[in-house]
Amino acid sequence: MADLKKPIMLLVVDLALIVEKLVLIVVVVMASLVIAMYATFAERKVAAILQDRRGPNRAGPFGLLQPLADGLKLFFKEEIIPTFSSKFLFIMGPALAMLTAVMTSAVIPWGDKVQFFGRDISLQIADINIGILYVFGVVSLGVYGIMIGSWASNNKFSLIGGLRAASQIISYELAMGISLIALLMVTGSLSLKEMVLQQQAGYWNIVYQPLGFLIFLICAFAECNRTPFDLPEAENELIGGYHTEYSSMKLGFFLFAEYINMFINSVIMATLFFGGYDCPFVNEANFSPNIAALIGVAALMIKVVCFLFFFMWVRWTIPRFRYDQLMHLGWRILIPLALFNMLATGGVILYFNK
Amino acid sequence: MQALTTKSKEVSREPMSFWEKMYLPAIFKGMMITFSHIFKKKPTINYPEKKRPFSPVFRGLQILNRDEEGRENCTACGLCAVACPAEAITMEAAERQPGEENLYREEKYAAKYEINMLRCIFCGLCEEACPKDAIYLSETFTPADYQRKQFIYGKKDLLIPHPTEDPEAYKKALGNRAKKEPVN
Repeated sequence: MADLKKPIMLLVVDLALIVEKLVLIVVVVMASLVIAMYATFAERKVAAILQDRRGPNRAGPFGLLQPLADGLKLFFKEEIIPTFSSKFLFIMGPALAMLTAVMTSAVIPWGDKVQFFGRDISLQIADINIGILYVFGVVSLGVYGIMIGSWASNNKFSLIGGLRAASQIISYELAMGISLIALLMVTGSLSLKEMVLQQQAGYWNIVYQPLGFLIFLICAFAECNRTPFDLPEAENELIGGYHTEYSSMKLGFFLFAEYINMFINSVIMATLFFGGYDCPFVNEANFSPNIAALIGVAALMIKVVCFLFFFMWVRWTIPRFRYDQLMHLGWRILIPLALFNMLATGGVILYFNK
Repeated sequence: MQALTTKSKEVSREPMSFWEKMYLPAIFKGMMITFSHIFKKKPTINYPEKKRPFSPVFRGLQILNRDEEGRENCTACGLCAVACPAEAITMEAAERQPGEENLYREEKYAAKYEINMLRCIFCGLCEEACPKDAIYLSETFTPADYQRKQFIYGKKDLLIPHPTEDPEAYKKALGNRAKKEPVN
């Protein structure tokens, strides 16, 4: 009997864990969808404010229902799949873009742990020890959605947009990765949770890696296809680029994936360089764990909102790069700079840890 | 080449200095400019909630006037139709019957009075021609419609609300005319 009981006990514990993780997954995915939804609204509002306009203010109080109206409109639009496209890949493109955009949120520590029903629940879906590598893997998969979608629509504008997206993301991923290596040499860990704990104890990583952060930031703009690097969807030359042939919610998915990517990128930048859920000048140990976790989540969200605003601010300030300028910046400036940063960081670490 | 305006600047073709080549200072400068616009006053007026006042000489939709007792001023003399350069006005006259004194001010009145708003150019000559202060141009404009025939405004569209039966609507329709002295 004793032999039989043990696996059942294990199963019970696992079930609770599965439920807790499932709830967390649903909450995180929902939250990132809602935030992405309101990021579209914020984008329009920020654009309006920076251009001395008023922005959407008709739907609901202050226009707060505008994203719902936009979503509804996209759902009711006619769904057109061009007859000359390859149908399966055409549908897979936006699905993949959306999937990879949401998948990244799995390894991000949204906060410390909360206590419910006498259980410590970590506010991180998966604390894997290669967290940042996982993020990189998934983010670089994201370009497949764009590439497949653009190729499947069998349109030259789309194809050029897709090609641009692919080459741009590959070029900038290099510099991003190298700038990150310097950071990893400082932290000595790939786990995002570990990095946040280190930053909570000491200084934020931005203090050690200002140049690394700058490179990472520029590359993040390129990875998200945001202005000034939004060449894949350059409206005036490519008629919308990779999503030229898309309509209805499939177009919505592409646009939405961009905003989720932006959100996730902001979270990652906040986690890597700005202490994640660490709230400065507040000792979390003074509060009960639930309150401390709440403060942590709020701190992270404030940082993220600042980054999102920064993304939008840049978009409405800087015009788009030319393609050769983009490649020049990526390969001949950012990569050497990232390499220099990596070597300098390594040298400094070696010098002080002798 | 001579400059077209005094504002034009010579484009510098000199190679960029290191500071300029870094781009980031220039980008920062630009971002500060856009940021400063957050605090600028917005010139937009929230239209349906807030309306700009019309100019005092604004000429809008015609209104057929009544006197203080609510009798129609128009005597169907036809001077407005003659004055109208766009030939937008047509009317049919009729004689006032005994017992209709509370409806029409004088012995003759307009049984039918139509203005084709698609023809009307809102010049205001009808108002100037009218000897009885029976027609004037108000401060509203013609609302949009789906059919052409809706734009031929009859008496029921043009007449001002009754001053004793519906004084509020009358006052509103009168607009800034209320201050003026009646002409007769």
